[in-house]
Amino acid sequence: MATVYPDDNRNARTGMLAFGLALAMLGLGYAAVPLYEMFCRVTGFGGTTQIASESDAAIAERLAGSGATRDISVRFDASTARSVPWTFKPVQNTDTVQIGVRDMAFYTAKNNSNIPITGTATFNVEPEYAGVYFNKIQCFCFTEQTLQPGQEVRMPVLYYIDPAILQDENADGLEQITLSYTFHRKIEEES
Amino acid sequence: MATTAEGFDAHTDDHTHHGADHKPSFFARWFMSTNHKDIGTMYLIFAIVAGIIGGAISGIMRAELAAPGIQYLGWWVNFMGGEASFDANLHMWNVFITAHGLIMVFFMVMPAMIGGFGNWFVPLMIGAPDMAFPRMNNISFWLTVVGFISLLFSLFVPGGTGLGAGTGWTVYAPLSTSGSVGPAVDFAIFSLHLAGAGSILGATNFITTIFNMRAPGMTLHKMPLFVWSMLVTAFLLLLALPVLAAAITMLITDRNFGTTFFDAAGGGDPVLYQHLFWFFGHPEVYIMILPGFGMVSQIVATFSRKPVFGYLGMAYAMVAIGVVGFIVWAHHMYTVGLDVNTKMYFTAATMVIAVPTGVKIFSWIATMWGGSLEFKSPMVWALGFIFLFTVGGVTGVVLANGGIDDNLHDTYYVVAHFHYVLSMGAVFSLFAGFYYWFPKMSGRWHSEFLSHVHFWMFFIGVNVIFFPMHFLGMQGMPRRYPDYTVAYTYWNEIASYGYLIMAGSMLVFFVNIGYALVAGRRAESNTWGPGATTLEWTLSSPPPYHQFETLPVIEEHHDYHDHMSTPAKV
Repeated sequence: MATVYPDDNRNARTGMLAFGLALAMLGLGYAAVPLYEMFCRVTGFGGTTQIASESDAAIAERLAGSGATRDISVRFDASTARSVPWTFKPVQNTDTVQIGVRDMAFYTAKNNSNIPITGTATFNVEPEYAGVYFNKIQCFCFTEQTLQPGQEVRMPVLYYIDPAILQDENADGLEQITLSYTFHRKIEEES
Repeated sequence: MATTAEGFDAHTDDHTHHGADHKPSFFARWFMSTNHKDIGTMYLIFAIVAGIIGGAISGIMRAELAAPGIQYLGWWVNFMGGEASFDANLHMWNVFITAHGLIMVFFMVMPAMIGGFGNWFVPLMIGAPDMAFPRMNNISFWLTVVGFISLLFSLFVPGGTGLGAGTGWTVYAPLSTSGSVGPAVDFAIFSLHLAGAGSILGATNFITTIFNMRAPGMTLHKMPLFVWSMLVTAFLLLLALPVLAAAITMLITDRNFGTTFFDAAGGGDPVLYQHLFWFFGHPEVYIMILPGFGMVSQIVATFSRKPVFGYLGMAYAMVAIGVVGFIVWAHHMYTVGLDVNTKMYFTAATMVIAVPTGVKIFSWIATMWGGSLEFKSPMVWALGFIFLFTVGGVTGVVLANGGIDDNLHDTYYVVAHFHYVLSMGAVFSLFAGFYYWFPKMSGRWHSEFLSHVHFWMFFIGVNVIFFPMHFLGMQGMPRRYPDYTVAYTYWNEIASYGYLIMAGSMLVFFVNIGYALVAGRRAESNTWGPGATTLEWTLSSPPPYHQFETLPVIEEHHDYHDHMSTPAKV
């Protein structure tokens, strides 16, 4: 019986295929970074809030105007990373807004140090399933904020809550959404 | 009639005229080894050395936990070259738990299961002369050794609060990034890179060997289940380890080169690290147990003198466990703030794994049913495995529930659970495999009596250590602290006594090996008699340095169980 033993070429081919599979998984590991960001942005996963245009807001407002929506309370929360020597707090602790109607809330930030400091705010909402319905039209968190020594600023956030939340059974009886910001120091400044 | 290995040329150059048992000089044999049996032996010795170190560390931990308060950590800080203080002592504890976890996972269980028994017995069981890439096999082994050295080195360099990497084996950011300055964590991460690279090369080698080098007539569905388990394990390694490599490379660049993959200040997210880690980490636990499943299947069949019950179900249950293992990772992260639907999915998916695992457990029992059982040393360890792994599996089903896990997360209940499946499941299967194949590997018989003493002491010891941890966990004792309130003293003290019993059993184990090597009876080719029917038992004990220069042939009348018999004369 003349069975020919698998030659080195066949082994090399299988080996390279297997190794290629490993390389592909390495690539997927890195691809997870943008994919995860995209996934959170699209689905509101982890309480990621949405960005809305003026026209989106107008549509929601018309729906609210027809009297089809209820009121909900929004609580404002503020904190800073250890490396940001600011006093950062909301002007109002809560607002009661009608779902769909836009609301403007203010935060204040004061730089308590004697050097200019640049920071960016990260954000999310609780409960997390509300993230996909929480729409911001304008927010100080969209850009970096630089505060001169001792400077104090008032920073607005213009937002509305998508009336679609009323169709979400998870949100049945939801009375309050907490909007939270944390200021982080610009990375280049930190070192 | 079998044919000669004419096309196989890895060893033809200078061995052709010297016969199967010609061995190279000491240095060439052990340091430049391309022989799968020698490399397997080195892996096993390496795993035993690493196991002694990792086990000794758990001894330090059990001593510290025997009573409330902090007794010994300060001494260890000074001994390791640091300066004892409250923070340094606590950091020392973190270093111990980290080292214990990493050593046991990456440098004890994996090298023993895959590098040791896999290297030794996959080629023998499929009738191949060696692995597909013998030199790469050597590289895999030495990468693992250098990785281990890198991990040990990390213990002696600054890691933030004190010497060593105190991040836990999960190396979560931000503790492992901004929370641990100093090179210790870099060395620990580098050791994972090295061990991971070694394992990926090893996995490539196993896949190629199993796909291309099976003896004529041995179809995939006639392969021994141990080979099946190694094939599935190799694929898990190939798919999971690169994701870990990506995640820990991001940690390295976050630590040293200013990237912000896991830093919220730069738009990153530390929870992403947890997702990546557990996408690797969950398949990793199956990587550690699947070869054990394979060994236990061989052993239970051998000592029941019956083919394993439901061979195809057993093989494809392992495939199913491997596949489903990739889509359940977030059950390690129930408390990061997943919403209820996500938790529901991961709870359900996790419980699904109990189905193929149950298929395996019941098939082992059905294999024994009506068999002619012999309670030799490998069999008692295999039975211990089946019982204890099932206990760990049951607590696993409890922990799979997102709601219950909110309460039990990071408590000793979890510690109890994963030690039942690993330090009892995986380790019992390792000892089962060791006693099963030791006479084959060494050519000498161990003492069956000492093996049984070892078994009973180890069995009692580990149960006394880990069973009380269920109670402690349900009472709320958190993991990863060296101290606890007085209320937890009772069971902690008992657990520490259990460690002494277990440690004593290891002395019996080493005496047994020493006895076998010095005075053990010579082993015959088929050490276990008519129940042992796979190809390794056709060879002498120990097997010749080069085996199967004439390839064995699996004939029509051979099935998945019997690879040895001659056809019945009509």
